[in-house]
Amino acid sequence: MTDALLDVEHLTMRFGGLVAIDDLSFSARDREITAIIGPNGAGKTTVFNCLTGFYKPTVGRLTLKGHDGERHLLERLDGFRIARAGVARTFQNIRLFPQMSVLENLMVAQHNMLMRASAFSIAGLLGLARYRDAENEALGLAEEWLRRINLVESADRAAGTLPYGDQRRLEVARAMCTKPVLLCLDEPAAGLNTRESAELNDLLLDIRESQGIGILLIEHDMSVVMRVSDHIVVLDYGEKIADGEPEAVRNDPSVIRAYLGEEEDSTLPPEVADDMQSDAGARG
Amino acid sequence: MAEAVAVKAGVSRFDLPQVLKEAALAAFVAFLLALPLAGLHLTAGDQGAMVVETRWSWVAIGVVAVFVGRLLLAVLRAVRPATRLSSGVAERGRQRFAAYLPYAAVAALIAAVALPFLPFSDRYIVDLGTTVLIYIMLAWGLNIVVGLAGLLDLGYVAFYAVGAYTYALLGTTYGWSFWVCLPVAGTMAAFFGILLGYPVLRLRGDYLAIVTLGFGEIIRIILLNWVAFTGGPNGISSIPRPSFFGLPFTRRPDEGEVPFHEFFGIDYSGEHRVIFLYYLILILALITNLFVLRIRKLPIGRAWEALREDEIACRALGLNPTNIKLSAFALGAMFGGFAGSFFATRQGFISPESFVFIESAIILAIVVLGGMGSQTGVVLAGIALIVLPEIAREFAEFRMLVFGGAMVLIMTWRPRGLLSHREPTVRLAPRGKGAG
Repeated sequence: MTDALLDVEHLTMRFGGLVAIDDLSFSARDREITAIIGPNGAGKTTVFNCLTGFYKPTVGRLTLKGHDGERHLLERLDGFRIARAGVARTFQNIRLFPQMSVLENLMVAQHNMLMRASAFSIAGLLGLARYRDAENEALGLAEEWLRRINLVESADRAAGTLPYGDQRRLEVARAMCTKPVLLCLDEPAAGLNTRESAELNDLLLDIRESQGIGILLIEHDMSVVMRVSDHIVVLDYGEKIADGEPEAVRNDPSVIRAYLGEEEDSTLPPEVADDMQSDAGARG
Repeated sequence: MAEAVAVKAGVSRFDLPQVLKEAALAAFVAFLLALPLAGLHLTAGDQGAMVVETRWSWVAIGVVAVFVGRLLLAVLRAVRPATRLSSGVAERGRQRFAAYLPYAAVAALIAAVALPFLPFSDRYIVDLGTTVLIYIMLAWGLNIVVGLAGLLDLGYVAFYAVGAYTYALLGTTYGWSFWVCLPVAGTMAAFFGILLGYPVLRLRGDYLAIVTLGFGEIIRIILLNWVAFTGGPNGISSIPRPSFFGLPFTRRPDEGEVPFHEFFGIDYSGEHRVIFLYYLILILALITNLFVLRIRKLPIGRAWEALREDEIACRALGLNPTNIKLSAFALGAMFGGFAGSFFATRQGFISPESFVFIESAIILAIVVLGGMGSQTGVVLAGIALIVLPEIAREFAEFRMLVFGGAMVLIMTWRPRGLLSHREPTVRLAPRGKGAG
């Protein structure tokens, strides 16, 4: 357990009498895509909000192995400090800075580095070389990500005017510009068409291969989950009901029950079985 | 889509009863408004008693004018249906317009520098120019808070007051010179900005506006009631006037001082000081402008705009919202403080009456009317909002009515402000190719 990038231990989140997450433990490794799946209301987004500091967990410990191997206890940090420790996230409903240009969105993500370089704006106001170098470096990183998501041409457009799929990928790129160790994606494929969804898959696999970071993914779209994830955690009513490789999770009876409900005869309806078969084929 | 537009245009073209009904409604509203505003006129009678005169003809003229105007508007709309269908065309037009902006700015700057020496300019014009520049400087300062950081501040005049009283008190009590007090006043105002900023960190929008409004009133009421310290309603008078590098603008200087006119060997004229004050505020305002233009392109400026767009996303990217908001409040307040101490030295007398809520409202109106965040828009709106009431003096008691009407017109014509085009703060210049 200790070599994991993120260790979630006994995470519990209560809102008044409602137990949104109940004693959840799992871990995520770097160079892996870990998917959290589950039916609506299973508590997936709550896990993310605890992880990224938007909620304070009622009970539990969240340990992150940061950039230089130092350990951060995320449950004790403010939201923006968690981001500085190396957790970047995207949102279920896209949260770009819509009136700012695509490039500016990526520059804001590098705020902390630039702020240090500009000596809290003083070096920047004076136009010192040390700030100019840092700005060029930041522009370089932004341009590199624009290339990866194929948006170099749109760099000066207002981010809010981009097509939906481009906005999704821009949000991922913006999160990556913070140079995280763990990237948390909240339903990145929601609302995308097949082509956009495929582009997103490629982007995620590319990030995993080239950046060597861990990705934590909430997703409803099973074709995405089965295709890209290395490890799946299944939640139902705030409890973990399965945890393992996609193949094992797919065939886990409790998962099937959670998704499809209790069946009189425990066999699947033929359509569903066919669907799952074809998914498996696509993955291979 | 095209059909729907045609149908809509057709309705406004041919539906005469509907148009008449609308015009009648507008005329009725005009009647209700004109009855007390224009119909009743108070004058002093023979023995100085109040006499109410009725002016029914004025009301009739007003009502007929509104009725005909509304009809004409409907006809105009029918003749020119929906010209602004394509937002792409509008965007391109705006960009072409934006390309001319630098030239316009240079021309405006030359005009501003030359103003005191133009043939038609007299003391009144230069004085008016000074007032306009004070408001432009204040609006440029407020633009940091409202335009860039998106924090609606209705109490900005409080910082103006802090700056003015800081200079007035230091100048009259300790005899400190204007140039020493200027940074002190800015620092004091910035401190008050942080003081206001702390309790309102979690507030946004309407709630923030209410608290800032209250803050502005608190400062004014303290100034009004703390008689021992601020002089209360009597204000502070004989505030030291600024000198031109140690040369005072007086006819008969104190012992051992050489006045401005003697030093340059010209005749004494009261206008020298007026012109000097004009250039002083011009320089202060330009410094404000350069500072805001520059800081908008720095990380902190982008962080302000990002905060305006989405605070939650900012948090998720590791930006500390507390620091960003407080820096916006502090820097915005600082320029208010500078402008305040200039105001004190120009007037020579200040009292809480100069810092009432309507001042905040006018400064905010300049920012909103100019187009949130647009530095050039602020200049246009500042000129419009300060010069217009002066021109409208001819209309006597209808002056503020003309002012309000003009504001309504501008906001209908350009709902997002005079200049709403936003230029990105950074571009992937050819640098990318050169370096790569």
